[in-house]
Parts: sequence; C-alpha cells; structure tokens
Amino acid sequence: MSLAHYLVVAGILFVISIAGIFINRRNILILLMSIELMLLSVNINFIAFSTYLNDIQGQVFVFFILTVAAAEAAIGLAILVVIFRQRKTLETDNLSELQG
Amino acid sequence: MLEYLLSAEFYQIMLFYVFSGVLLGAALLVVTMRNSVYSALFLILSFFSAAALWMLLEAEFLALTLVLVYVGAVMVLFLFVVMMLDIKVKPKSGMSLYTKTGLFVALLMALEMVMLFGSKLHDSLPQDDLIRHEQGYSNVREVAESIYIQYVLPFELASVILLVAIVAAILLTLRKRKDYKHVDPESQVHVKADKNRMRIVKMKAEKGNEIGGEQ
Repeated sequence: MSLAHYLVVAGILFVISIAGIFINRRNILILLMSIELMLLSVNINFIAFSTYLNDIQGQVFVFFILTVAAAEAAIGLAILVVIFRQRKTLETDNLSELQG
Repeated sequence: MLEYLLSAEFYQIMLFYVFSGVLLGAALLVVTMRNSVYSALFLILSFFSAAALWMLLEAEFLALTLVLVYVGAVMVLFLFVVMMLDIKVKPKSGMSLYTKTGLFVALLMALEMVMLFGSKLHDSLPQDDLIRHEQGYSNVREVAESIYIQYVLPFELASVILLVAIVAAILLTLRKRKDYKHVDPESQVHVKADKNRMRIVKMKAEKGNEIGGEQ
C-alpha cells in the first residue's frame, strides 16, 4: 500500500463533496456537511503525507484544522438557528436579500 | 497463495479497501439523501471510517480526537440542529441544472487530478511502503512534543479561537424572556428633564369620588 492509495481516496472524497455542494444547493445544512467532508479529505492528505514522509508537523497542522473546523461548525449552526427563527425557512432561494 | 492471504500485509490492504469503501459510500449518501437527518447520520459513519483510516496510518492521537471531537461533539450538534429545525424539503423531479453543473464540475476536477497523478509527478511521491515504527513508539508523545514545544503560541491561539466560538454561538442564540421587565439605559439617558419627564396639568380641585367619598 502506497501513499498514492490514500491520495486517491482523499481526491475522490473531495470531488464527491464538491458535487454535493452543487446538488444540495437549496439545503444550507447539507452544504455545511459537504464543507466538513471537504475538510476531512484535506486532513486525510495531510496525515498520509505526514506518515509517509515521517514528519510529525502534518499531524500538528491537522490538529489545528480540527480546532478551527469545530469552531466554524458551532458558529455556522448558531447562525442557521437565528436565520430559521426569523424566516421560518432555510431554503437558500428565500434568503437572497442582498441580490437586489 | 494461502500464505499471502493469511499474512498481515494482505489483512492491512483489505482493511484499507473496506474502510475507504465505507468512507466513500457514506460520503455519497450524505450528498444524495433528501432527508437531512439521514445525511447527518451518514456523515457520522464517514467520519468514523476516516478515523479508522488514520489508525492504519499510525496517527492514533488524531484518529481518537476525530472520534471524540467530531462524532462526539460536532455531529451531535448537527443532529440536534437538524432535528430542532423543522425543515421541509420539496421533492424535486429529475435533475436540475445545478445537479448537472455540479456533476460536470466534479468530473472536470477528477480529470484534472488524474492528469496530475498520471504524469511524472507520480514518480516523485514516496513509493516505498509505510514506515513501521518500532514497538514502544508513541504517536501521542511525538504530537505533544511538537505542539507544546515548537507550536506553543499557535496552540494558545487555538484556545482563543474556541473561546470566541463559544461566545459567538451563545450570543447569537441568546433569547430574552417575553415577560422580562427591564429599563433600557439608552432611553433613560436621552430623557429631557424639562420636556418629556414631567408634565404639569392645570385642572380644578376634585371633591372626592364615589368610591372613597363616604367618610
């Protein structure tokens, strides 16, 4: 098993989540989930390189990415709750106030 | 042949394919499910499979962190929000333009990656098998030595980021009670004493009213 195996898995995961962002354009919750998947694929790349190059710094970086991603998820979901309270909907088509 | 099938190497390869298969299948289900609750549940499955892959890569600390932080905390938050908000998704008929565009973009990106990895760049990647660490090697110790010595300042900054996230999440969703009586300090400050605080009304003296007039 080589590094390329892991890179291919991470690449496929990234492409799936890109497609997911377009497919679920109307549901903002699944958009957030797709972004989490994208971060996960990047993390898989970081860890694979870190292990195969025998360099621990990649894993330290993943640690920080996990921290920031957790904070992002918490704030994003809080914003969603506030939007839902005001509008009673989460469909992105109904949220385009600034479009003019 | 049988020897190979029973070897640790084959077992490891098999584990890799099983975990990656589950990971990619769960990710596909996350983006195709109509119901957000199922999406969140499959997202948990994909995070768990990714943690198993990280275990295979000998990144034990981060694999356990992923399970604890993501499956334990972030995904519970996701599920909580998904179930709390009553989201009605309209059933769609056929493939929308966005779906077609998304598939086109995804295929294009996959093609670009294949072009990159199919070329000479592939030879510059480390080709040898995973470096196995000897017995007694501690991944946690390695990560800790790096975080607490070389990256101490970023580590502290990460805690500040988490604090900001806590404050922001609480402040955004804070709701006042409806029967909460309080005085707005701003409107108190803006009161003009001679104009709108006191009003003197001229009227005749009253002779006592019906209710209290018996004495």
